[in-house]
Amino acid sequence: MSSRASAPQIAVALLIAAFLAAFLVVPVLTVVYVAVTNPDGSLTLAHFAAFFELSLMRESFWNSLYVAGLTVLFSTVVALPLAYLTVRFQFRGAILIQTLGVLPLVMPAFVGAAAMQLLFGRSGTVNLLLQDWFGINIPLMQGLNGVIFVETLHYFPFILLNVSVALANIDTAMEEAAQNLGASGFRLFRRIVFPLARPGYVAGASLVFIKVFDDLGTPLVLNVTNMLAPQAYLRVTSIGIEDPIGYVICFILVGFSIAAMAGAAGFLRGREFATLQRGGAGAPRRTLTRWQAAIAYGWIGLVLLLVLSPHLGLLLLSFSKVWSYTLIPESFTLANYATVFTDSTRMIWNTLVYCGLAALLDVVLGTAIAYLVLRTKVPGRQILDHLATVALAMPGVVLGIGYLRTFRGVDLPFTDTPLVASWVVFVLAYSVRRLPYALRSCTAALQQVHVSLEEAAQNLGASQGRTIHRIVVPMMAGGIAAGFVTSFVTAAVEISETILLTSRESLAPMSYGIYLYMQSIAGRGPGAALGVIAVIVVAVGTYFSHRFVAARAAHQERRG
Amino acid sequence: MHARLPHFARRAVRAALPALLALAAPLAAGQQVTVITSFPKELTEAYKKAFEAKNPGAKVEILNKGTPAGVAYVRETPAGSRPDVFWASAPDAFEVLAKDGLLQKYDPGVVVPAKIGNYPINDPQGFYRGQALAGYGIMWNTRYTKANRLPDPQEWGDLAKPVYFGHVAMSSPSRSGTTHLTIETILQGEGWEKGWSQILQIAGNCAAITERSFGVPDGVSNGQYGIGLVIDFFGLAAKNSGFPIEFVYPSVTAIVPANIGLVNGAKNADMGRRFIQFALSEDGQLLLLDPKISRLPVLPQTYEKAPKGYPNPYAGTIKAKVNFDSGLSDERYYLVSALFDHTVTFRHKELVAATQAINGAAAQLAAKPNPRGRELLAAARAAAYTPVVEESKTKDKGFVAVFRQTKRDADATKRMTALEEHWGSAAKKNYARAVELANEAARLAK
Repeated sequence: MSSRASAPQIAVALLIAAFLAAFLVVPVLTVVYVAVTNPDGSLTLAHFAAFFELSLMRESFWNSLYVAGLTVLFSTVVALPLAYLTVRFQFRGAILIQTLGVLPLVMPAFVGAAAMQLLFGRSGTVNLLLQDWFGINIPLMQGLNGVIFVETLHYFPFILLNVSVALANIDTAMEEAAQNLGASGFRLFRRIVFPLARPGYVAGASLVFIKVFDDLGTPLVLNVTNMLAPQAYLRVTSIGIEDPIGYVICFILVGFSIAAMAGAAGFLRGREFATLQRGGAGAPRRTLTRWQAAIAYGWIGLVLLLVLSPHLGLLLLSFSKVWSYTLIPESFTLANYATVFTDSTRMIWNTLVYCGLAALLDVVLGTAIAYLVLRTKVPGRQILDHLATVALAMPGVVLGIGYLRTFRGVDLPFTDTPLVASWVVFVLAYSVRRLPYALRSCTAALQQVHVSLEEAAQNLGASQGRTIHRIVVPMMAGGIAAGFVTSFVTAAVEISETILLTSRESLAPMSYGIYLYMQSIAGRGPGAALGVIAVIVVAVGTYFSHRFVAARAAHQERRG
Repeated sequence: MHARLPHFARRAVRAALPALLALAAPLAAGQQVTVITSFPKELTEAYKKAFEAKNPGAKVEILNKGTPAGVAYVRETPAGSRPDVFWASAPDAFEVLAKDGLLQKYDPGVVVPAKIGNYPINDPQGFYRGQALAGYGIMWNTRYTKANRLPDPQEWGDLAKPVYFGHVAMSSPSRSGTTHLTIETILQGEGWEKGWSQILQIAGNCAAITERSFGVPDGVSNGQYGIGLVIDFFGLAAKNSGFPIEFVYPSVTAIVPANIGLVNGAKNADMGRRFIQFALSEDGQLLLLDPKISRLPVLPQTYEKAPKGYPNPYAGTIKAKVNFDSGLSDERYYLVSALFDHTVTFRHKELVAATQAINGAAAQLAAKPNPRGRELLAAARAAAYTPVVEESKTKDKGFVAVFRQTKRDADATKRMTALEEHWGSAAKKNYARAVELANEAARLAK
């Protein structure tokens, strides 16, 4: 590798910087500058001082930290065994489990929480049964513990996805060597497998932490207000879009997210994770003994049952006419699906187009940024990484209003349609806010590709472009696919920007439709039906991208 | 890298391209009316279908957003491409729009009574008009109340009773225009101190202060909560859709209009006018009687076609004792919302603990009376259920103004956060004190 940045590298970096500046930095700044200014435009830090004097804010801060920390812990407990067992052992339906494991992500938080209320809430199925049998009521869905419960089931797939990819990328020769030296079972996992998969784990865990720390939907649906993100949202939406304290909170959320990312990066720095060969797919999987298998299947079954409970609740709701204070709905109907199919097929198509394009843009940008950061000497390359990450902590409502303000009066090229009244704005907004996910996955994947492979290719006369195209990207395929899936799936359920940016119902994506139907007093059946369709669409997409990765790996195998 | 795009992705992009271009094509303008609203889909869908049937070639585009998001959207959209009609419940949203010059006057020439109670149905300045009427009341889930052996509530005051502890739900005035009107109705009907005392007792009985106003009827319909404070059509529509729901108007209620107005800078103002005219016509008003909608029309003659037992605010089937003063409500809007949030919403856990302790002590004292205990209990009630802001303060113009500024400099922010801090910590202290006093009272009754 050359010690200086080449012109094409700098050009790509500038292009990405321009994109982020136009669609992230400027829109956000047009809104949040009130946090540090007086109305006359002069700078001030007084708003920050005022923030720290509010004991409510300090309490909210600790609550957010507590919830995020415990959610990472519980998500790890759920995700690690699922990933390890399905990637490393002879396991029936491994792809199925991996796909089902991603399902929680495809539900908008407010839908998932609403469905879980029906099962685990105060008068949910579980508590009605407990009440009947033992006369007790367990507050599973209340307060901070409720938030942790729902968030764990919602976000553990981030760890599952990233760790699965990392495990698949480890050179199995390492494990075989360890086994030959007598290591097995938990010791093998603790001393060899987990340490080598750590970039994936840290990428996933830091995502979970930030996501939970910044999450708005779940606490709000559970009516928990004393956390940072809800406080920011409540202030901006109820006191007014000009309220400085709301943006002080946004600043703090962003700062914390960057700190968590930097912490994760610092934790990984100075260690070597790359192995020379991509393992996984071609390597023999180990078999479980009969007893191990029984325990593993039992445990996975239990986890999946819990994980899929919101989907079960949603499915029941989608077929229900009236469901009130009973174990299951009292009467069933197909009318909800009929309503959805006559009114809302356009929304399904819109979601596929917007989110597909946004995710595509994300993996292209994510791969490019990861490459620039890890493999080149372009000055200021870390800034791109940090900038992209900022999007993670930006409340959707801030970015939404920023877009409306910044691009007021800007038309789409070659048409007279305003940009903010067109479908393009959804693709841009989704891709900017989902870029951090794709970027984490791509970075983790690239970290596991050993530099010497590229050096070898270049020694053999390949140009840098050709090396990227023939060596780097194919080796990263798993991570890129994981990034695509995460971006697509999370964009498909985005709601706060979507509501602001929807200028015509014919342009609205599915998440908007679900939100709309869920507000209906005559029953939320049609919303649930649309939610079920969303889950199926995304699950099919996830399944095919897994298939794609597997086929890709097999192809590589044949060639190599 | 482009060449490495997965094959299926390349194919998908190619297949999707024509459709994408079609999406970007401008719509045939002229016959389209865009309505921005916070109303549920049943209602908007009914009006869309009826209007399109009556005006061949016309197309109604419904933009459903929560009221605050709707106001923000209109404000941020350049004049000339704004939606045509704004249609929502909360009168204060229309006040804001009118003040910012975002509405234009339009008189569809429909005659409705000038006032309902003391409240003008149409904006006196003519910027917006009442399209339906709404009262506030109590809805409950009959299965829930039967399973938990709860009596049927009739009045707001009933909800303060210990028997309802943990069974009630309400939203917050800062989150929901309709809850704000309910709170303001109680404050105006009972007076500041007594009203707050009642609100605090009801909130202490609440299982949740929901973030969205819709969270209340939704939670009551599916049985998460037993009883909820709601706007009438939430209760009536749920009942008429087959849910085990009952609804009652308490005597301290107010009837206020839900409004419709023509947006200034609308893309297609002519069609907007036609839509408003339709919404106020006899056909348009009749749609409100649909069981899934269940709203109160503004046209008195529409009630003649209503099913038997349908509430009629013009005929006295709803006894609205409060003459709602919208000027007063508007003046202290932010004060009431912020006070509620900082002493109830954000301190709900502590308030519930205080209420539980007080209820417990009251029950024990009832079984085993003790004069000293009674005194302590009264002190506990006073600590928990007295508002941290006295009524005299609310008449102080400078004090109220702290919350009315929209642009805030450093000093204003500091003043406001200092107040919020003061309220929050005072409430927390009061609730803790109430728990202590109540526990002491309970000990005496042992």
